[in-house]
Amino acid sequence: MADQGATKGPLPVVDFLKIPAQGEPYLEGHRCKSCSAIYLGAREVCSKCGTRGQLEPAKLSNQGKLYVYSIVHRSFPGVEVPYVSAVVDLDGGGTVKGNLIGAGADPEKIKMGMPVRVVFKDALGRKDREGNAYLSYFFEPA
Amino acid sequence: MSDVYVVGVDMIKFMKAGTGPSVSALGARAALMALDDAGLKIQQMEALYCGNLYQAGAMVGQRILQEIGQTGIPVVNVANACATGATAFREGWMAIKAGAYDLVLAVGVEQMGAGLLGGGAGGKGIPKEGLLGSATMPAVFAEAGQEHARKYGTTFEQFAKVSVKNHHHSTMNPKAMYQIETPLEMVMNAEMIAYPNTKLMCSVNVDGSAAAVLASEKAVKQLGLMKRAVRVKASVLTSDPWQERDLVMPDVNTCTRNAAKKAYEMAGISPKDLSLVELHDCFATAEILHYENLGLCGEGEAGKMIDDGAVALGGKIPVNVSGGLLSKGHPLGATGIANIYEVSTHLRGEAGKRQVPNARFGLTHVIGLGSACAIHVLEKVA
Repeated sequence: MADQGATKGPLPVVDFLKIPAQGEPYLEGHRCKSCSAIYLGAREVCSKCGTRGQLEPAKLSNQGKLYVYSIVHRSFPGVEVPYVSAVVDLDGGGTVKGNLIGAGADPEKIKMGMPVRVVFKDALGRKDREGNAYLSYFFEPA
Repeated sequence: MSDVYVVGVDMIKFMKAGTGPSVSALGARAALMALDDAGLKIQQMEALYCGNLYQAGAMVGQRILQEIGQTGIPVVNVANACATGATAFREGWMAIKAGAYDLVLAVGVEQMGAGLLGGGAGGKGIPKEGLLGSATMPAVFAEAGQEHARKYGTTFEQFAKVSVKNHHHSTMNPKAMYQIETPLEMVMNAEMIAYPNTKLMCSVNVDGSAAAVLASEKAVKQLGLMKRAVRVKASVLTSDPWQERDLVMPDVNTCTRNAAKKAYEMAGISPKDLSLVELHDCFATAEILHYENLGLCGEGEAGKMIDDGAVALGGKIPVNVSGGLLSKGHPLGATGIANIYEVSTHLRGEAGKRQVPNARFGLTHVIGLGSACAIHVLEKVA
């Protein structure tokens, strides 16, 4: 491992965010070969059809549509508000929840069904106890 | 199999979160009240089913018996999120159905903290709240409501009207945490917590307890308790079947629909036969969903139900005349049995100013996220 001394990059905020050595980060699903259900994160058994050991990794699209959202005005200390909590259906399958950014916080202007894209940015400056930075995913109007 | 009856049922007046005595003392109060309501003694109870969530590992049922009578009966401690109390009640119902016992006690009790539920730090790495959306309950149920808005155009104002109605109902319920009118403007202009849920559209964290004495038909007859008895016509528990958005968006609809279908079949009635419903209005947005989930109206008609006043006291099918979780309060583990108390009180014709006239059948519904749905259908006997 010749690069051992190199600066360590940010860590993924969740296991299903993949940061390849080459190329762009992406979200990874696991698809059941038997019934096509998609999960976030690896697993042994499909909870839709019960098939075992037939889940394979699948790169999820970085394009999707806003399914529903809430504009959060009250959260825990240290969490900046307001922000938009969004549920997004990705094109080709997989549903992901995250912050919708760049769309304001006015319910009149956020349209359910509108196209969004997945973008990858620093996790709002949040670091773990060891001081590691994290890469997160966000949604932006497409 | 014997019919099962509620022969004693009561709840304490719900109080501000954290102001009650210990969990066991809270539970003991309701237990004694339910026994008094039935005119029975703890020595006559053959088993105790105790629902409590936050101290699920702390033998709450046994601690209650230590306060009211340590008779050595079997105790089952139950935890099932917000369906905890209803699940405890149902376990008692099932034991009598199975012929194991003739008289059992079910208690639901909770001591709550203040503030937001859900969305804690948890997990590894860094906190995800406000980074990967929100896992707080107000936001989760806001999103569930937005799904209805997306399909049917349900408005912020319609969601808010639920809260106006339930707060109005609670002015007639001395056991509710609050007895205050909250006009529409007040609800809509209250602090926004998670759009479209304002603070007055979120259930109240309270300390509370409720208890019920369940009896077999044989016991009811032997003890001469049929006059005020309430028949349990259906008891159903479901969990959430697989849905494609499950991982990020709890589905409170399908498990309710599945439970409702079974409950109506078991009771041999249709939604039209119901006189009143106590359903899980943990947030104003949630109540709207359940009008359709429980078959109280057709698909997409929930907004009209609240606009028309069909679900208010005096309307076609009054919903949450107790004030609901929004105003009566929501002590998680006690809520399911408090609902049973409310419906039973109407069926007995003892609900005072908020009495639904000539109530014959009533339905109770709770949802525990994760998810569990419990439905009971109760019938007036005498």
